[in-house]
Amino acid sequence: MNKVVALTGDQAAAEAMRQIEPDVVAAYPITPQTEIVMNFAQYVADGRVQTEMIPVESEHSAMSACVGAAASGARTMTATSANGLALMWEIVYIAASTRLPIVMPVVNRALSGPINIHCDHSDTMGARDSGWLQVYCENNQEVYENVIMAVKIAEHKDILLPVMVCQDGFITSHAVEGVKPYEDKRVKDFVGEYRIQHSLLDVDRPVTYGPLDLQDYYFEHKRQQAEAVKNSLKVIPHIFAEFKKHFGVEYDFIETYKMDDADIAIIALSSTAGTAKVVVDELRAEGKKAGLLRPRFFRPFPKEMLVQALKGLKAVAIMDRSESFSGRGGPLFAEMRSALLDEADRPLTVNYIYGLGGRDIDTKQIKSVYTDLEKIAAENKVKHLINYLGVRGEK
Amino acid sequence: MKELIEVRWHGRGGQGAKTAAQFLAEAALDAGKFIQAFPEYGPERAGAPIRTYTRISAKPITLHCGVSNPGYVVVIDPTLATASAVEGLGEEGVLLVNTSESAEAIRRKTGFKKGKVATVDATQISIDTLGAPMPNMPMLGALLKVAPLVELDALYEKIKAKFLKKIGEEKTNANISGIKKAYEEVKVE
Repeated sequence: MNKVVALTGDQAAAEAMRQIEPDVVAAYPITPQTEIVMNFAQYVADGRVQTEMIPVESEHSAMSACVGAAASGARTMTATSANGLALMWEIVYIAASTRLPIVMPVVNRALSGPINIHCDHSDTMGARDSGWLQVYCENNQEVYENVIMAVKIAEHKDILLPVMVCQDGFITSHAVEGVKPYEDKRVKDFVGEYRIQHSLLDVDRPVTYGPLDLQDYYFEHKRQQAEAVKNSLKVIPHIFAEFKKHFGVEYDFIETYKMDDADIAIIALSSTAGTAKVVVDELRAEGKKAGLLRPRFFRPFPKEMLVQALKGLKAVAIMDRSESFSGRGGPLFAEMRSALLDEADRPLTVNYIYGLGGRDIDTKQIKSVYTDLEKIAAENKVKHLINYLGVRGEK
Repeated sequence: MKELIEVRWHGRGGQGAKTAAQFLAEAALDAGKFIQAFPEYGPERAGAPIRTYTRISAKPITLHCGVSNPGYVVVIDPTLATASAVEGLGEEGVLLVNTSESAEAIRRKTGFKKGKVATVDATQISIDTLGAPMPNMPMLGALLKVAPLVELDALYEKIKAKFLKKIGEEKTNANISGIKKAYEEVKVE
């Protein structure tokens, strides 16, 4: 049995990286991801890992170095936040379309401007169409475990896609919680040794990475990439099963909390879902049939499971910690509404955009959303489709 | 023990409010409790007022919001004992202040009328024991007298584990003496 230790979310990610001991880490520090890079650099300096650490001069270079390393066959990782992710944008897409299994913890932070260092999901939601898989973590234990699992997911021969492991900036990244790490050997056994199928450096079997791909074949390659992301929905459950067998912990694409007989529910990503659980417990004690649905994965989008979990509900609030300026709600809302559109039996849906730039989301605010849902369910009508929760001025 | 204990710490950047919040949490973690410790980050710099938080519970903590109704408020810097220090602190709550002044003076400054006020001159204690004005560890000792959240011995173990290598035996023991002294000297009214 391993002891529970006090770790921040950043330290939990760094600890997982230490145990994985990737061949190459190329990274540039940025708040609030800094502690990940700082801790990992310390492991390298202390000789605790044999990883080749490339301290680059920008995130664009970080991802470029990762692409080169991954194409040569190295197990490769980096980490970033917000403006750092924005700066590596060009190469983020190239990493995914080149099908390179890079794992990147992303500590969610609001994109400038105005400049802000605190949590929202505008950074990774902006990258939702980049072809990376995205996992969102509720707490530090999940950060630790998802980073380990992400390596297996990314490198699976039937997936071969990069993975972002997202956690809420400061809220979990800088909060100390009890985390139970596994023994180094168990983690190393789980991730195993990585062998690339087509190495750029294999001169006996030469391959080309990243050539010009115009009207003739670009489309087919994009079509294959779409298929790979879709297919990952079938493959990832095998990795969940393997993780459970190895560590005894169960994971799935989604988490349902008191949803079985629920009439109303909130859908939220990451740490907010944890706060919402407390509210669900309070409402249940009052005899109200409230539940919570948390997508762990946003890519691949687990449409069938999400729709299934909402069967029989009367009203659902979808919570977005980012704005997409469509006038039609945030990204999670748009995708959930689209997923539900074909269902004859579907709940009424309403969107709440909240917590931008790190604005605190507390139990009172979440309770007000459930109160709204009760009214919506009773009247069978949504009066305000898009709402801004916890903002000054017009909601 | 109440199911969920929430402590809010007020200090200035560099005074160790973050360390105090975390040490308390870690000592509770070692005692089998569930914990969180987190600072409220702003454009922090030495001397600027900061708040940090500790949550301790017998059950897993899934809350990830700020603490708005703490059960305990610990003011590490005397100049921060103002009305904003007692925001959200209820009648059942305890206000613990590092001060050479009386509880009555603290009540006047903060407007905190009904709950308990605890006072201790932690700055003087740290000067006497450590030879430096670092009141955060004595304040931890005083808090444990007011609120038996963890055993004193458990805190000493944590301090030794964290400090011995870093600052040596002499200074570690001086910190422990400071904690002990504040534990003995704190007055509750």
